[in-house]
Amino acid sequence: MSSLAVRKAAPAAGTTPGTAQGPPLRRRIALVPTLTLLLGALYCLLPVAWVLIAATKSGRELFSTFTFLPGSGFTQNVKDLNAYRDGIYWKWMGNSALYAGLGALLSTAVSALSGYALAIYRFRGRETVFGVLMAGVLMPPVILAIPQYLLLAKADLTDSYASVLLPLILSPYGVYLARIYSSAAVPGDVVEAGRMDGASEWRIFTRIALPMMVPGLVTVFLFQFVAVWNNFLLPYIMLSDDEKFPITLGLFTLLEQGSNTPALYTLVITGALLAIVPLIALFLVIQRFWSLDLLSGAVKS
Amino acid sequence: MTTARRKSYGVKGAPYAFLLPATILFALFFALPIGYALWLSLHKVQVKGLGLGSGARKEVWAGLANYKDALSDSELLSGAVRVLGYGAIVIPVMLGLALLFALMLDTDKVRLAPFTRLAIFLPYAIPGVVAALLWGFLYLPDVSPFYFVLDKLGMPQPNLLDGGPLYLALSNIAVWGGTGFNMIVIYTSLQAIPAEVYEAAKLDGATPLQIALKIKIPMVAPSLVLTFFFSIIATLQVFSEPTTLKPLTNSVSTTWSPLMKVYQDAFGKGDIYSAAAEAAIIAVVTLVLSFGFLRAANSRNKQEAAR
Repeated sequence: MSSLAVRKAAPAAGTTPGTAQGPPLRRRIALVPTLTLLLGALYCLLPVAWVLIAATKSGRELFSTFTFLPGSGFTQNVKDLNAYRDGIYWKWMGNSALYAGLGALLSTAVSALSGYALAIYRFRGRETVFGVLMAGVLMPPVILAIPQYLLLAKADLTDSYASVLLPLILSPYGVYLARIYSSAAVPGDVVEAGRMDGASEWRIFTRIALPMMVPGLVTVFLFQFVAVWNNFLLPYIMLSDDEKFPITLGLFTLLEQGSNTPALYTLVITGALLAIVPLIALFLVIQRFWSLDLLSGAVKS
Repeated sequence: MTTARRKSYGVKGAPYAFLLPATILFALFFALPIGYALWLSLHKVQVKGLGLGSGARKEVWAGLANYKDALSDSELLSGAVRVLGYGAIVIPVMLGLALLFALMLDTDKVRLAPFTRLAIFLPYAIPGVVAALLWGFLYLPDVSPFYFVLDKLGMPQPNLLDGGPLYLALSNIAVWGGTGFNMIVIYTSLQAIPAEVYEAAKLDGATPLQIALKIKIPMVAPSLVLTFFFSIIATLQVFSEPTTLKPLTNSVSTTWSPLMKVYQDAFGKGDIYSAAAEAAIIAVVTLVLSFGFLRAANSRNKQEAAR
């Protein structure tokens, strides 16, 4: 197929690939789509490239040298960040890992149980339960977070790890994904065969269905991991002790203080870089296990 | 006989048992808070005398007074207008780009597709706060490469963190963060279109552009509806990006977006009653807008199917 003539004409007209009727010897690259995608990639990578370079600059270099010129202060910046309030930065990272890891794990477990039940069984109130759970997607987080805060305050649970973990375990979107995936991946015959063999429903779920659901559940886990790692509003409302902050809230407070003491800007920038590195690494490593198509609710059988 | 009955009983009870954890969590962290918020929104505090001592502050029935106040609150209204303007930029640009990239990825002979797909999806992994922080620095004249280039070229340097450009600056953060996710959703449904669908069109001599416009886009319409739906919800709830930019500029007020206003009223002013009423109004607007959109999209689909 020839290149798509959409929007922009190919800038390098001389290298325009042959059309469908053109000589077969010309290199057949869809130039416009490739260039468009490269521009998109450039746009998306630009801030990441910037923070990579900015983190190498000392406080003075940050404001005086050309932005895309590497500086000489990276090790000093990391040292400063380590030293800042006895390494509270790493505490924030650890907290984020805890919130996101444990939260996503529990959330995946609840999603798996509910999704499986909603996909496999026919029972009274099934669609009602599903509909009510799904309405949760539409609830603005703040309409939940404020009364959640007040209720948790009555239970003396605010400003605790539990206050950030518990409200995020039930994820309507996770249940939705798990339901779609179990109905596609777990055949009814297999469940029926398990029953014939006298296995309990719980056993059928854990021994037969769960292994079949693993690829879908990996997606649910990663989706929830990213959602909790990126969450800002809930910890912002729940927590006041900065020892319990996740990294998003920690960096935010650092930036807020930075508006009075610009020296903190280098700390914020270095901190932002170190905060996105593990997530990008995680992303690159597991993208092959992650069925992205599931995010759209489409399951290839 | 007895075993058979016990088994069928087990089957009948099983789904309810499996749904128990979700039900408990829903009751505790969704239903109860929503009910409590509605209760709060219909109450207010009555202060006796100086408001000191026990019993001086009492929660009393307020009826719809909090709602009336919220609806006539100019700050909340201008926040809503700001977010509408912001959404009017974000949604078309983000989904337009997502559709464009998805179509390009779906083209034959495109090079570097896996790399570019991953690069465009990457911002999804970066927290909104960190994204806003990175872009915030790129908007600061002292550290931004854009200003450096403009300066060298001797061009005027707009203030990206004030007035009209502030909308573009904020919208850009949302577009940057959201395009990749939506691109994946659309791209996936493009991949699901069977190849035979294109065969006839190719035989008829349709150009790739015609195939994209006449076949691909209509066939991914359900995905576009889904992405629109999620984008509307996300836009109405914008909070962390403007909150993050706040320390970098004086132009983002504490009540820039409706959610920020709710937060400010609840925790800044300590008026949880007004905040609850405002939050309820935002929830209703979200529901009306998103379901209205879904209905409109459905009826259009039906009309097209009828034709």
